[in-house]
Amino acid sequence: MIKKRFLLFLLPLFFLLLGKLAAQTDECLMCHGDRSLDYSRDGKLVSLYVNESKFKNSIHADLECVDCHFDFDPEDIPHREGEQIYKVDCNICHDEVGEKYHESLHGQALEKGRFLAPNCITCHGKHDILPHTNPEAKTYVMNIPDLCGNCHKEGTQVSAMRSVSQRHILENYKESIHGDGLFKRGLIVTAVCTSCHFTHNILPHEDPNSSINRDNIAGTCMQCHTQIEAVHQKVIRGELWEKQPHMIPACVDCHQPHEVRRVFYDQNYDDKRCMTCHSDENLTRVVDGKEQSLYVDPNDIQHSAHKDNSCIKCHTDISEFNDPICIESGRVDCSICHANEVDEWELSQHSRERMAGNYDAPYCTDCHGSHNVLKKTDKNSPTFSRNVPQLCGKCHSPDGVAKGMEVDETGIVKDYSQSIHGRLLETGLTVTASCVDCHSAHRELPSDDPLSFVHRDNVGETCAKCHLGIYEQFTESIHHPSVADTDKELPGCQDCHQAHTIKRTEQMTFRQEIIDQCGRCHEDVTNTYFDTFHGKVSKLGSSITAECADCHGSHNILPTYNPKSTLHRNNIIETCQTCHENSNRKFVGYLTHATHHDKDKYPFLYYTFWSMTILLATTFLFFGIHTLLWLPRGLAEKRKERRENKKGNSE
Amino acid sequence: MENQNSTTENRAKEHEEKYIWRFEPFLSFLHIMVVISFLALAITGMTIKFSGVAAFQVASQIMGGYEVTGYIHRLAAIITFGYFALHIGYLIKKVAKQKKSLKYMLSGENSMVPNKRDLKELIGTFKWFFGVGKRPDYGRWTYWEKFDYFAVFWGVAVIGFSGLILWFPEFFTALGLPGWLINVATIVHSDEALLATGFIFTVHFFNTHFRPDKFPMDNVIFTGRVPLEEFKKDRPREYQQLVDEGKLEDRFAPPPPEWLKKFAKIFGFTALTLGLLIVVLIIYSMIFLYR
Repeated sequence: MIKKRFLLFLLPLFFLLLGKLAAQTDECLMCHGDRSLDYSRDGKLVSLYVNESKFKNSIHADLECVDCHFDFDPEDIPHREGEQIYKVDCNICHDEVGEKYHESLHGQALEKGRFLAPNCITCHGKHDILPHTNPEAKTYVMNIPDLCGNCHKEGTQVSAMRSVSQRHILENYKESIHGDGLFKRGLIVTAVCTSCHFTHNILPHEDPNSSINRDNIAGTCMQCHTQIEAVHQKVIRGELWEKQPHMIPACVDCHQPHEVRRVFYDQNYDDKRCMTCHSDENLTRVVDGKEQSLYVDPNDIQHSAHKDNSCIKCHTDISEFNDPICIESGRVDCSICHANEVDEWELSQHSRERMAGNYDAPYCTDCHGSHNVLKKTDKNSPTFSRNVPQLCGKCHSPDGVAKGMEVDETGIVKDYSQSIHGRLLETGLTVTASCVDCHSAHRELPSDDPLSFVHRDNVGETCAKCHLGIYEQFTESIHHPSVADTDKELPGCQDCHQAHTIKRTEQMTFRQEIIDQCGRCHEDVTNTYFDTFHGKVSKLGSSITAECADCHGSHNILPTYNPKSTLHRNNIIETCQTCHENSNRKFVGYLTHATHHDKDKYPFLYYTFWSMTILLATTFLFFGIHTLLWLPRGLAEKRKERRENKKGNSE
Repeated sequence: MENQNSTTENRAKEHEEKYIWRFEPFLSFLHIMVVISFLALAITGMTIKFSGVAAFQVASQIMGGYEVTGYIHRLAAIITFGYFALHIGYLIKKVAKQKKSLKYMLSGENSMVPNKRDLKELIGTFKWFFGVGKRPDYGRWTYWEKFDYFAVFWGVAVIGFSGLILWFPEFFTALGLPGWLINVATIVHSDEALLATGFIFTVHFFNTHFRPDKFPMDNVIFTGRVPLEEFKKDRPREYQQLVDEGKLEDRFAPPPPEWLKKFAKIFGFTALTLGLLIVVLIIYSMIFLYR
């Protein structure tokens, strides 16, 4: 009996419990399912309605109301009236996220009682929370900009509190490449607010832990742009990284946050859009009363070095607010990518001329071309080594615009083509020196400018770019300022090897001229050289006879007392042996610069010469008189004879 | 017709003319060697001596450049040494085979060696120049011819030896001669050459060819014979001597063949022209450009 009674007691309890568990949410909804259920809190009417269907679809559908809303007696209706309203604490389950949130800008603001600060439900909602993968969710990637934008768009109270300089965040984002991808193309892997700022642990950019702090931004961008840093070194290297290694730019220095496409890059303005107008051959504009073609030959670009670049990569200064967008976009600034080259050019005479208003002076495009730009390694490029003389010659020729620079009438380029460098270039030896190898490609300056590569103080090092061995010899020779102790001007490469008419040293004309070159300073010894056999024969065009350099050396020339000199006592026999195989100690006593006019220095020669001269003079004097006397006498005799013959004949 | 007539007349005249032998054909041959080598040496040598003068630079180029002229110069030098040796051999042979005594060679009537009579003739010649005496009765060799002869002897020796030093400087210095001797040799060689060319192309040319009674050329050195009448007038003493000794008949020669006369004319005039050209260039260079 007791058993039955016990069971009878338990049964309703079981049903009660079962009914209580199963029907609890329904039970709550009995009241809270009523749209009109509300109550007044602090004089405000607050709806207590819970949309059942939304809840059933939400991510928390499997939970009971009391799993979140506890700590009250459901039987006590109305629940906890008058007391402070209990708020659901998401931390119960989402404690990790909660912690991050607490440390975040939003969490801290909330803690300080800033009523605008968002809490969980601001972004996630309440009973209608959907997973962020659900397109309906507020936190779905497509909706994030709007979600954040609720507060962070212009004109909101939040935007008025902002201390950073960003404006029109949402609008700019929508126009950016990221926003473009998201809104126009539906690319859900593109970056949205939370991709960069993160979700719960949003921090101000000054905070070292912030994902958008300067130190972290690269890592943040590289979540998606994995190898972007390696790629960007190409652009950055040689610029900031070289000059100010501590000043490595962050991504955002170039790619302004929220408007990343406005800097260099805008896929929205694709080439097709440009070409709708610029493929028209008759498209022109008028500048300073002159008509300029704006036609772009698609063929040019397709074969150019920039064929993979979109138009706006170079023509950056375009604006959606202009119509057409490219109007007054100005000249292309090549330094965006070619910073070093443009820096160099800005030091050049070409640049100076342009600054002074001489627009005949070349700009990047005058040498490299514009849409048809080719790499200098391309045989068809005007900057290919073989084409360089022709390129420079466009201006630097007697009838070119730079004719004022001409040093002679035939023109530098024509001279060059006759030179050893020019001839080698014509044979196709592309490593020989063309204009740019000596004058540099971008920083050409007149030779009297101390910065010029062809200034007499620098020309040695310029030549040494190729002729290093010779330059090393030269720096140890008597003609180098570090060796010579003189106030006189010392010769450099260019004094013996003419700039544009440079010849092979074996050439007869070079050998002939070099004697004159040395003679400009060493006049005495050059004159006496011509009194001796070598000099006399050289004047007949002998290319094998010894001239200055054959004995004295050329680049390694040293005074004879220097043991390294080719004419030092220990070396001279060997030096003479280069031509005179059987040269010997006595043989080298030959006076190569002797003159018979110097009685003190060369008495033997002086007296020999004068003895011979006296011999000649007396002989010629005697026989001269003899002949001069004979002639009239002989003529007289002849006349007499003729007269006698006539007489004889007539008789 | 007229031309033909005159040539036949000339021929007839020549047939009448008697000739006297003056030079053996061997001596003519030697002189041809002398002329050729001397001209070659002169022009090639002068291009170096006056290498600063454009005309000589052009001449050098025409001949093939300084290396070619160097070879020509040395070849001509070999010819010079050659005729020098041949001539010495000729003299030795003359002493040995023709039984002429050395004394005869050195001081005989027809000796090349200058003697007192040459001095008298020299004085006599100057008197004749001034019109205060008649022309001396010259013999086989006049004093200026003797001078020419020994000038060649002296010249070949001096220029030849200095030339060898310049040709083989390493050899001579290896023998111990000082290096500056090469410089001395250069001056000697060059100035002696100037003397030789200057003398031959002016004095010798005038004395032998351009003097009024021989103008424009005396071809006796090539034909080897001289017309009897001319011989009588030119060298009365030798003529008298031959008549006295009764040897005139031995010296009679047939008239030179036409080809020889033609050769003498062409070769002689060529040589004279070249010589004059060289001497004009030398004088021009000496006056305007030499230092």
